[in-house]
Amino acid sequence: MLEHLELFFKSVFVSNMVFATFLGMCSYLAVSKKVSTAVGLGAAVIFVLAVTVPLNWLLDQYLLRDGALAWLGPEYADYDLSFLSFILFIATIATMVQLVEIVVEKFSPSLYNSLGIFLPLIAVNCAILGGSLFMQSRDIATIGLAFNYGLSSGIGWFLAILAIAAIREKIRYSNVPAPLRGLGITFIVTGLMAIGFNSFGGMLTGGDEGAKEELQQSAKTEEVKEDVKKELEKNEVSFNNVQNN
Amino acid sequence: MGLLTKKDQALILDPLADNNPITIQVLGICSALAITAELKASIVMGISVLFVLGVGNVVISLIRNIIPSKIRIIVQLVVVATLVIIVDQVLKAFAYELSKTLAVFVGLIITNCIIMGRFEAFALGNGPWKSFLDGIGNSLGYAVILIIVGFFRELLGSGTLLGFQVLGDPVAKTGLYALGYENNGFMVLSPMALIVVGIIIWVQRSRNKDLIED
Repeated sequence: MLEHLELFFKSVFVSNMVFATFLGMCSYLAVSKKVSTAVGLGAAVIFVLAVTVPLNWLLDQYLLRDGALAWLGPEYADYDLSFLSFILFIATIATMVQLVEIVVEKFSPSLYNSLGIFLPLIAVNCAILGGSLFMQSRDIATIGLAFNYGLSSGIGWFLAILAIAAIREKIRYSNVPAPLRGLGITFIVTGLMAIGFNSFGGMLTGGDEGAKEELQQSAKTEEVKEDVKKELEKNEVSFNNVQNN
Repeated sequence: MGLLTKKDQALILDPLADNNPITIQVLGICSALAITAELKASIVMGISVLFVLGVGNVVISLIRNIIPSKIRIIVQLVVVATLVIIVDQVLKAFAYELSKTLAVFVGLIITNCIIMGRFEAFALGNGPWKSFLDGIGNSLGYAVILIIVGFFRELLGSGTLLGFQVLGDPVAKTGLYALGYENNGFMVLSPMALIVVGIIIWVQRSRNKDLIED
């Protein structure tokens, strides 16, 4: 339960998709002129992320990662298909978006009318593919956590686009220098918001340190797990690099 | 006029300044901001996009008449994903450290809006040679912004360029550091990427009044 809570706050605030990793910036900038459209796109992103991340988790776990094919029989245990992950993830996303569009159109025409135009856009939103790729590089352990990760990243993205849309509606009445109007001021405001979100960084460090110590202790006792630990640390380092960048 | 006619030159030169994919068309922001803390990563990212967009534009333009328009998005995604896998594997083989720094952002070239945007807007309606030039022009425009942002962030943030200490040694206090200069660690953090791009837009639009939005 605690790790679910931690992952939730981490993905909504600390490593917010827009402010920490700049995912989905294109639609974030293009569709944030009005609050109502921003809410529509944000809701669609939450929905698609919550569906595609667990699906891609299954694909990653049982098809793509090193030795994932072991369930087919011992002779398949050596295959590492992870180089195929880009193409499979994007295929899942494109199909799911189409499927979701058809289902929503059939069962809830009113929701379709409000989301409809945004759904096709979402297939090429980097936030969606980014969610799946981060899920893979962070080694999310269970499908429940994967669902949680997708949902909470979506909520973080929703929060960001809602905030910037509200600011842009108000900023129209301010006297912004002419060359900065429109795109320029949006960039700078987003930068300032990202500085604000940086301050959430201290929120979860206590939990993280405990987890690291535990990892080190278990590695000391069991030398067999040494390799696994190295792999984990490598992933963590690369993830931290991405975050720092 | 040789190899390139006036129109062909415009295809390459326009996206470098007045029709820049990042600052004017607002495409491909995600990766542009995330990996520009170092100049080296920016250059490699620029080259990767150059390859994917150049080749992808030609491929899409060659098959543009046989793609059914209903499934064109999926066809485009498959073409891009294939090219990106090639880039990713090459990076992993020849520049492993760098591919760790770029991490998922190589994969995110697939959903880079520049690629899909140029496929939709140009390659689907033009011949292969023009599409190739358009691809080269747009990815150069993208690379230019990446390199400018990467240059300032690495220089002001870590005092280095491509890993070389150009401002002196911060530990031994030589060069500028002897005068009391300090690195601005804030430039390495993600928010400054947004603000640097904002400033580039500001400068560009002050120089060319036609670009100002109302």
